[in-house]
Amino acid sequence: MKAESPHAGTDALITLAGITKTYGHGQAAFQALSGIDLAIRQGEFVAIMGPSGSGKSTAMNILGCLDTPTSGAYLFEGVHVEHLSRDQRALLRRHYLGFVFQGFNLLARTTAQENVELPLLYRGETAQARHELALGALRSVGLEEWAYHTSSELSGGQQQRVAIARAIVTNPKVLLADEPTGNLDSKRGHEIMELLVNMNREHGITILMVTHEPDIAAYAGRIVHFVDGKIARDAVNGETA
Amino acid sequence: MMGWTTLLLALREIRRNLMRSFLTVLGIVIGVAAVVTMVTLGNGATQAVSDQITSLGSNLLLLRPGQRLGPGSSSLGAPSFRAADAEAIKSQIGSLTAVAPAVSRTTLVVVGSKNWATSVTGSTEDYFSAGNWKLAEGRIFSPTEERAGKAVCIIGATVRRELFTEHSPVGDMMRIRQFSCEVIGVLAAKGQSAMGRDQDDTVVMPLRTVQRRLTGRLDVTNILISMMDDASTTQVINQVTALMREQRKLADNEDDNFSVQDTKEIAKALSGTIGTMTALLGAVAAVSLLVGGIGIMNIMLVSVTERTREIGIRLAIGAQEKEVLLQFLTEAVVLSAFGGLVGLLLAAVACYFLASLLALPLIFSPGINLLAFGFSAAIGVIFGYVPARRAAQLDPIEALRHE
Repeated sequence: MKAESPHAGTDALITLAGITKTYGHGQAAFQALSGIDLAIRQGEFVAIMGPSGSGKSTAMNILGCLDTPTSGAYLFEGVHVEHLSRDQRALLRRHYLGFVFQGFNLLARTTAQENVELPLLYRGETAQARHELALGALRSVGLEEWAYHTSSELSGGQQQRVAIARAIVTNPKVLLADEPTGNLDSKRGHEIMELLVNMNREHGITILMVTHEPDIAAYAGRIVHFVDGKIARDAVNGETA
Repeated sequence: MMGWTTLLLALREIRRNLMRSFLTVLGIVIGVAAVVTMVTLGNGATQAVSDQITSLGSNLLLLRPGQRLGPGSSSLGAPSFRAADAEAIKSQIGSLTAVAPAVSRTTLVVVGSKNWATSVTGSTEDYFSAGNWKLAEGRIFSPTEERAGKAVCIIGATVRRELFTEHSPVGDMMRIRQFSCEVIGVLAAKGQSAMGRDQDDTVVMPLRTVQRRLTGRLDVTNILISMMDDASTTQVINQVTALMREQRKLADNEDDNFSVQDTKEIAKALSGTIGTMTALLGAVAAVSLLVGGIGIMNIMLVSVTERTREIGIRLAIGAQEKEVLLQFLTEAVVLSAFGGLVGLLLAAVACYFLASLLALPLIFSPGINLLAFGFSAAIGVIFGYVPARRAAQLDPIEALRHE
């Protein structure tokens, strides 16, 4: 990774400015994010760390357009995401984002290949194209031979690799991973991380990853620390803030 | 995502959740089949009764002792009729074709080593025309035999089947209680009465023979009166009533201690009863449809957790709410329509076999088929769709976290 300033200029892929998120109302209100400013450039691999309750998952959901901020601006390639409708955000996810979750979130009783081609269905690809792209994505995560096995026949590491294949099959600009190794043992976890690093290097996919494990975060080029809904530290990996 | 893809996707989902799909379809199939079968058979029964009315002949009156104000009211205490009453009616009232006094007794009849309990009726030769009976073979008794009280009998098809072999029973002897009688004729089969009684399970003998040898009394249980086609039923009933009051020496302030019933009216009342039964069975079946619906609802609600997560996944990877809903709606419609069609098919098969088993005419009613199909399809679609819609309206992250 190039040791540039993490606060990039106008060429940033993603820009968060003064993002807040409040849950609940009145007395019971809880501010999960209180003024987040963050810029992410194309091709970065960013790890978001922090203790639980620090707002890192909330930030991740907002970055993934799965949730909307209470206030502040979120620009994705210059587009104000906070002004988009539900359906427009769905289209943004469809065309630019890929997701990997801690719990894999594959469809039950469905083969790896069918799981991977799911996002393509919503992009209107033909059956032929879906099939080939899905197999290609499975090949890139090393699971081509398991294409026709259902989720329950795969190990946790394999399921997460299917999930990664599903996330990258649409060739997204950004891959968002929420604790991708959280449900895996350390060996499988490192395999998954190597896969993600490879995706980032070979395919130039921007990766945003939430984790609380320092050795997992160490794979990233840049680490952002959240504490109490604020960014406490934002540094290129290896530097001390 | 256009039509075909949606349909294919829905089919894939149905196959993926085979058990859930099967149970949903089963609920609909049972509901639809039950309602349609019950109502179709009920309509058939009603039709059978109206056929019965036609077969009775339109102009039969039944004179009975006692007042029958309603079902179950007794004729106890009211004096019986005598053969002379029938003769009086025949000689004094015009526009009648037959008047038959009848007395019946259930008794055991024996032929060789076989015996059979049946209803033995004593009457006159008018009985056959009044009751619309035809002979399959042999003859009926003559007026001479009737007057002489000869031991001759005409047997119904059921008695023939139970007691005799292939060969013609005409000329054979049959023992009834202590006496023997000669079989002179066999009646053509009539089948079940509207009440479900086997009309062919009968033996007919001259009135006098039964009175003398079987009942030991001169009483006549009832009198069948058959009118001409152009006779006025009301007028004849009035004449018969007046005549009977006179015969029985009733004072003006006394009530009738007998009743004249138009068998057509009895049959009409009966068909009304069957109509009520049909409605009742239909209601029971409707409950089963409802229970089937609740079953579908349960299955759908139980699977809501899994479906909510699935919807969350689909939304997260970029599906729009309307696309998810279209898919779930298609799935619900396909399942419900399939279940409904199988239900109708099953009902058709069940009706076909049950109707022939119960000897009922098969009447196809499009109305009930459409109604049952529509109702069950609506349940399937609503309960398949509504939970999905709720889930699809959640934030994707909310749906994904659903436990």
